[in-house]
Amino acid sequence: MPRKNSIFGALIQIVTMQNNFISVSDLSKEDILSLLKDAAKFEANPNQRLLEGKVVATLFFEPSTRTRLSFETAANRLGARVIGFSDPNATSTSKGETLKDTIKMVSNYADVIVMRHYLEGAARYASEVTDVPIINAGDGANQHPSQTMLDLYSIWKTQGTLENIDITMVGDLKYGRTVHSLVQALSFFHPKFHFIAPDLLRMPLGYRDFCVRHNLEYDEQERFDEEAINRTDILYMTRIQRERFSDLREYEQVKNVYCLHKAMLDNAKPNLRVLHPLPRVNEIAYDVDESEKAYYFQQAQNGLYTREAIICRMLNIQL
Amino acid sequence: MAKTELEVSAIANGTVIDHIPADVTFKIVQVLDLYNHPGAITVGTNLASKTLGKKGIIKIADRFLTDEEIGRLSVVAPNVTLNIIKDYQIIEKKYVQYPKLIVGVVKCSNPKCITNHQPVATKMELFDEKLKSLRCVYCERVMQQNEIELL
Repeated sequence: MPRKNSIFGALIQIVTMQNNFISVSDLSKEDILSLLKDAAKFEANPNQRLLEGKVVATLFFEPSTRTRLSFETAANRLGARVIGFSDPNATSTSKGETLKDTIKMVSNYADVIVMRHYLEGAARYASEVTDVPIINAGDGANQHPSQTMLDLYSIWKTQGTLENIDITMVGDLKYGRTVHSLVQALSFFHPKFHFIAPDLLRMPLGYRDFCVRHNLEYDEQERFDEEAINRTDILYMTRIQRERFSDLREYEQVKNVYCLHKAMLDNAKPNLRVLHPLPRVNEIAYDVDESEKAYYFQQAQNGLYTREAIICRMLNIQL
Repeated sequence: MAKTELEVSAIANGTVIDHIPADVTFKIVQVLDLYNHPGAITVGTNLASKTLGKKGIIKIADRFLTDEEIGRLSVVAPNVTLNIIKDYQIIEKKYVQYPKLIVGVVKCSNPKCITNHQPVATKMELFDEKLKSLRCVYCERVMQQNEIELL
């Protein structure tokens, strides 16, 4: 999609003349809402053979089974054929081929490229070297915009709106890219944020500054209790990511700092739903799964519908 | 009578970079690679300035900066003035402005950015005009002025 937040982004888009889905910061409010409406149509009828005769490439330069299966299922349910790899060690990348060359080569075969890469900015760069639409399925710790779309869809579906949502984000707010992107994407919809994290993992200054610039109401605290839960509409739990810590002693200090139990939801608002990008470790106890407020598995399922919508949008297929 | 002021002669042809914040004067020498310039160069710094407090000035004989060099200069010292001299006359005054997009000049400070691993020219866009912070077009890392490192 055109980068609408800057003139230069728009110019870059004009030069490349193509549809890409690279970053949440490229999306306008209208883009988001129209994609959500399309996703709802796919939820009503997931099997629509709109991509008959098309080829979707899924290039996973780092493993991500959950995201890859979701995209490939979306492509299959749309009637496309899927090519690609999930292990770059079996490709020319391991022989030292540059990303540019790999993208150029795959562009000869595919109508749309879904890619995940361990380097940040890889998807944006790929979009500059090919005319084939690029969908970013995660570039390092930077962006994972289809995850954000499924988060938004889950909020929209469970709350009936994206406007004026009270949302509490809990856990690793420093390294968690899903919470960063969600803050960006919700900025169009007058949210109220509560950031709950240990001091080591608090929301980075850049995103707090983003809230200030966009007049978004937010507060921060370390305590996670019923009081925090009972005031909110969406409880967005995140995993403390062991792989992000260079000092494992620091990880040990915070790894089990927050744990949601079913009893903590007893006096929550009726519309409250618990979201989590998955996988979870200890931050949501298994008894929460029995609560009607647990929504994380449906949230993952919503990824299928939003990804169907994104793929079709990139190929200019009107629903 | 003893001289009270050091006289620096005007240059016949070349460029005078004026209104340099004093603390980046020598950085400009480095950025423009003036060490290897064969002509005369005068570098002054910590000179009294009404607007800056202390300023630097660099006079370079027989050298006219390219657009690329002006781009590099603007990243280090966004508000300097360039006087283009021909036959001892200022024939043009340029006010260097911070570019909106800087290609191939600034190193991305994110070690995981693709520009630090593959043959990709860096691309920075101006993020905050007041703070002069830059944002990498690729990895979206925002760099404050004091973090900016040239390639």
